[in-house]
Amino acid sequence: MNARAMFAIVRKDLKVVIQNKNVVTPIIIIIAVFFTGLPWLAGLAPTILHWFGGQMSSLEGILAKMPAGMLQELSGYAITQKVLVFVLVYMLLPFFLIIPLMTASMLAADSFAGEKERKTLEALLYTPTTDRELFIAKMLSGWLAAIAVALGGFLIYAVNVNAAAWSQMQRIFFPNALWLVLVLWVVPALSGLGVSLMVVVSAHAQGFQDANQMAGLVVLPIVALFYAQMAGAIFINISILLLMGLVIWLLAGLLIWLGSRNFQRNRLLAA
Amino acid sequence: MNTSVITINQLTRHFKETVAVDNLSLEVRAGEIFGFLGHNGAGKTTTVRLLNGVIEPTSGGMRVLGFDPQVDGPALRARTGVLTETPSLDERLTAWDILGIYADLYAIPRKAIKPRIQELLAEFDLADRASEKVGGFSKGMKQRLALTRALLHKPELLFLDEATSGLDPVSSHHVNELIERMARREGCTVFMCTHNLVEAQRLCDRVAILEHGRLVALGTPAELTRQYVRRLDVEIEVAEEQTEIALNVLRSMPQLVLGEPAKPNGALVVTINKRESIPDVLAFMVQNHVRVYRMAPQEVNLEQVYFTLHEEKEGV
Repeated sequence: MNARAMFAIVRKDLKVVIQNKNVVTPIIIIIAVFFTGLPWLAGLAPTILHWFGGQMSSLEGILAKMPAGMLQELSGYAITQKVLVFVLVYMLLPFFLIIPLMTASMLAADSFAGEKERKTLEALLYTPTTDRELFIAKMLSGWLAAIAVALGGFLIYAVNVNAAAWSQMQRIFFPNALWLVLVLWVVPALSGLGVSLMVVVSAHAQGFQDANQMAGLVVLPIVALFYAQMAGAIFINISILLLMGLVIWLLAGLLIWLGSRNFQRNRLLAA
Repeated sequence: MNTSVITINQLTRHFKETVAVDNLSLEVRAGEIFGFLGHNGAGKTTTVRLLNGVIEPTSGGMRVLGFDPQVDGPALRARTGVLTETPSLDERLTAWDILGIYADLYAIPRKAIKPRIQELLAEFDLADRASEKVGGFSKGMKQRLALTRALLHKPELLFLDEATSGLDPVSSHHVNELIERMARREGCTVFMCTHNLVEAQRLCDRVAILEHGRLVALGTPAELTRQYVRRLDVEIEVAEEQTEIALNVLRSMPQLVLGEPAKPNGALVVTINKRESIPDVLAFMVQNHVRVYRMAPQEVNLEQVYFTLHEEKEGV
């Protein structure tokens, strides 16, 4: 494998994509809403509720319906703190996975389909890279960008969560071990899965929008996970995350293996 | 000059129902500028893709620089340079970005990258704009940059798909000079797809003419004009007072002189059936006491060959 050539493709893709408004704008909006807006909304909720004469204790009934594991995690906190920890640490945890998955999918969607549309693919196909190097380089571009956005977003989220909830928590309570497992184990796996799936889709799509429609579909399982956790149907703990990460890594590995075996530049121009 | 760089043997490529390349066989020799002529959709670009191992043939075989493109594609592409029909440039990148990235893709030694890029940017008159995004370049500048990229790694075999398309006359001339220099001085073989028949006539050692994916003619421009051009215009200068006699004499040999002689600029211009008839026409005029001062066959070019072949094919 020619690492220098592969990183040249990664460099090119990242340089091009950070200037592509179609890709960057949705990511910026999600980062602004999710990593900044939501923590402050949750942090200020007790104060806002108080202004309108409400009490956080009215939410105790909802929390009581949560699975036992979560109730145990929340024990020892005052009711306002419980609500904040529930929302910021547990409820939004599956939602966080949407960010790297979306970034990975959008970049991967752009990889071949976007290049075809911009008519920049052919020169790349005439280079001495092998089909496998080309496939893996295209995947790496999306994967590295997804990891960078996820890590950056995680840091922004951590700062905002602690700052927004400071008046209630009076200490740095975020991130906990659960989030570290999520960011360091599940996020890279999920990004790998999203990117490998989308590179295969992108290679067969005619244009970026065509491939991007598929990118929208890959976040659906995460949305389902989010609602399940919010409704108390499941409690995502460290064991579940570790297992989930393992399954996703295996699926991603299988897809990458199949993709790199079957990918042929021949089909890109013949399509 | 006789070593074969490209050998194509009964190469065929189908795209569903369409036959893009049909049973093509030819050879390209080392160091020659080989013209590949044909109208849009004749199969030129498909052939370049096949020869670089970018797409697979439906049947037939080929060797390029000793490699089978389907088996040794990466090794082959390291030694070829391709100027694609569209410049294929990322408009959000600068010329420096693009050339730097392709220098890595072609494994140019790191120390050699900067001087090589500088040399080519200066050569193609792009140095002043090299740090600007390509999106702001004119069509000609993009074409020159694409050519710079194709030459970056000093390829042994250069494929040019409409190299001068979109260039102004000065830039076209410059590119043509460079193509000639690469072939004549640096020994690079050039495979040149073009519509520009005048350019092909001037530059190419040999040309192949393609019609609907099939090879219809192959040879040097001179060979092709001899072989395919049936008619020849000849300018004849006679004593002014003998013009009418000359016209009557010419009209009296309809098997050799075709149509009515013209007299556009004082001299007579006649169309004769073939080059070999020139001595017979001259002898007949002399026998009839016409004093001929000058008899000049007008240059036959590839354009006439091309249209003759096209007319034959279309049954015109």
